Amino acid sequence: MADKSSANAYWAANIKVIVISLIIWFACSFGLGILLRPALSGIHIGGADIGFWFAQNGSIYVFLILIFVYAKVMNGIDRAHGVEE
Amino acid sequence: MDQFTLNLIVVGLSFALYFGIAFWARAGSTAEFYAASQGVPPVMNGMATAADWMSAASFISMAGLIAFGGYNNSVFLMGWTGGYVLLALLLAPYLRKFGKFTVPEFVGDRFYSTTARLVAVVCLLVISITYVIGQMVGVGVTFARFLEVSTTAGLLIGSAVVFAYAVFGGMKGITYTQVAQYVVLITAYTIPAIFISLNLTGNFLPQLGFIGGYAPTGGDVTFLAKLDQVVTDLGFGAYTADTPNMLNMFLVTMSLMIGTAGLPHVIIRFFTVPKVSDARISAGWALVFIALLYTVAPAVGSMARLNITATFWPGAVDGDTFSKPALSISEIDSNPDLVWIRNWEKTGLLAFTDKNGDGMIQYINEPAAVTAANKALADAQKALTEAAADADRAPLEAAVAEAQAARDAVLETTPINKKDGAPTLASLGIVGNELTTVNNDIMVLANPEIAALPGWVIALVAAGGLAAALSTAAGLLLAISSAISHDLIKGAIKPDISEKGELLAARISMAFAIVLATWLGYDPPGFAAQVVALAFGLAAATIFPVLMMGIFSTRVGKEGAIAGMIVGLITTAVYIFLYLGWFFIPGTNVYPNTPDAHWFGISPAAFGPIGAILNFATAYLVSAMTKAPPQEVQDLIQSIRVPRGAGKAQAH
Repeated sequence: MADKSSANAYWAANIKVIVISLIIWFACSFGLGILLRPALSGIHIGGADIGFWFAQNGSIYVFLILIFVYAKVMNGIDRAHGVEE
Repeated sequence: MDQFTLNLIVVGLSFALYFGIAFWARAGSTAEFYAASQGVPPVMNGMATAADWMSAASFISMAGLIAFGGYNNSVFLMGWTGGYVLLALLLAPYLRKFGKFTVPEFVGDRFYSTTARLVAVVCLLVISITYVIGQMVGVGVTFARFLEVSTTAGLLIGSAVVFAYAVFGGMKGITYTQVAQYVVLITAYTIPAIFISLNLTGNFLPQLGFIGGYAPTGGDVTFLAKLDQVVTDLGFGAYTADTPNMLNMFLVTMSLMIGTAGLPHVIIRFFTVPKVSDARISAGWALVFIALLYTVAPAVGSMARLNITATFWPGAVDGDTFSKPALSISEIDSNPDLVWIRNWEKTGLLAFTDKNGDGMIQYINEPAAVTAANKALADAQKALTEAAADADRAPLEAAVAEAQAARDAVLETTPINKKDGAPTLASLGIVGNELTTVNNDIMVLANPEIAALPGWVIALVAAGGLAAALSTAAGLLLAISSAISHDLIKGAIKPDISEKGELLAARISMAFAIVLATWLGYDPPGFAAQVVALAFGLAAATIFPVLMMGIFSTRVGKEGAIAGMIVGLITTAVYIFLYLGWFFIPGTNVYPNTPDAHWFGISPAAFGPIGAILNFATAYLVSAMTKAPPQEVQDLIQSIRVPRGAGKAQAH
């Protein structure tokens, strides 16, 4: 690590990515899958209402995309701050 | 060739493969034994993590839980996958950068305290041992069913197999064996699902089939609407019905998610990859391979539910549920496609009795009033038949007649379901539910037979169930043995132990752990499912918070971490024991395990997040009153936060 301020900038960028990712993580599973299901029961995906689909299938797909996007974004941030392996 | 021989051949071949791999990849050093020398490529590590993660419960029980629990049991689907997001974002990269072998080792170094390390060892052992019991039970049941031996013999065969490859192979052998086991279990799970989805929905992708149209009536009605209609016709709750308790569903999902991220045997998988960036992507690959099973599971569950219900009510296949009479016993005994009913009856996972003597088996959701009236009648009849020869029989006979009349009156007035204009039970000639047992596990185990699939598919499901149970057991045993040999023996009791001595100690403690797990699996304390709820709750309330604080806080010191772990461990364990009995001993529970008795409606399985909050709160409170961590620990925290310089594990 070159100096302390660049370390702090890297960590702040990392935390920002984590917070955004966790908001999406929460919104698709706890939000659409549980808390908002009664309110959104009119919207359908195929034969399932949107809350049911997110609870049984949809949130898993979102989790997958989330991890791969996170890994790619973090690799970019590693390089930008010169801390990649 | 009969089914038994086919099962033996397929299971035998899969075992030969596992042993071959274990011999080829046997461990020669502690680095290989604990972390496969950090040389496992991320895709392969993802596959091994998936096999490690997906236990007998995932493979055998989960689809059945969803089949009968419907939407409410989506908690398992979201909970057991969402934890990987937390692992990838919050734990895996930093723990890999730390670059050592075990979870307690991180806790001990970060919180500069052997006491903290030992408390972490205790948490790890409680979590992993309770979890491994469930796996050994799964191994015993699967062997017993498919190899036609007793459950005890099944358990012993299973332990011998785990012993052979886990003790010699260590993490390296286990990892490569798990890759093979993953391939076996995912093939076994998806092939029947594809066949059944084609049958019921005309779509070969189960994930699309279960939200598609119902094929046998032309596809105008959606599959889920058809399933809802059939099960509600019989008086069951709708498959897609809302949860009765949103708070509890929320907390159970959260408990399973953060519990997943806090399970030591899952975390140590991320110590095996070469780089920090590999740890992040490896969590993604693990979830890819897990999702292959988890996105199929709701389709398997819902379709098996419709298949088994329509087997007993043939009218439901392409018309109204009651348009044809219920399945007759003579049909069960004569139709070759229904041989599975008698086969599974032998195992006790399926049971039926012809209560009304009409030669047919009526499968319904029996209303409580009917159950009570039938019991009163049975009690009165029992009193009459057991009466002494010289007793006055007249009042007893009158009591029977009265109970009979009361029961008949209940049947006359009780509708079969809650719909408008529903027929009464009496008009359908039903006196109660005659399919008295349908075990959850049957939904996966008997699935290929229910759908009349070929014999090799049935044999494959046997091999898949065994692969799922064995791979998870091996991973857990490794976590247990490394905690004992590395954290307890090398870390606290005998720090100057040689590399060879530590490897021997690791193997001996694994052998000991297998013997203990086998013994506990033979005589499990309470339900396996309850035990697993404890493992997740404790992982959520102890390991996950302490690792989070170790990485994201520079202020929490040893006193805070130790106090936090102890508070998380004790509150969660006590809350579970209050409802399920002290140490799961039946009858020692303080409160009944019913939603009314639960504190704010929070079930024991949902307490994990509360325990975690108490852990965090305690740790921050205690840390505010004690000294901040010393400079070398501050440097350690800064070092794990950046990927550069991970390199190989230190043998130290």
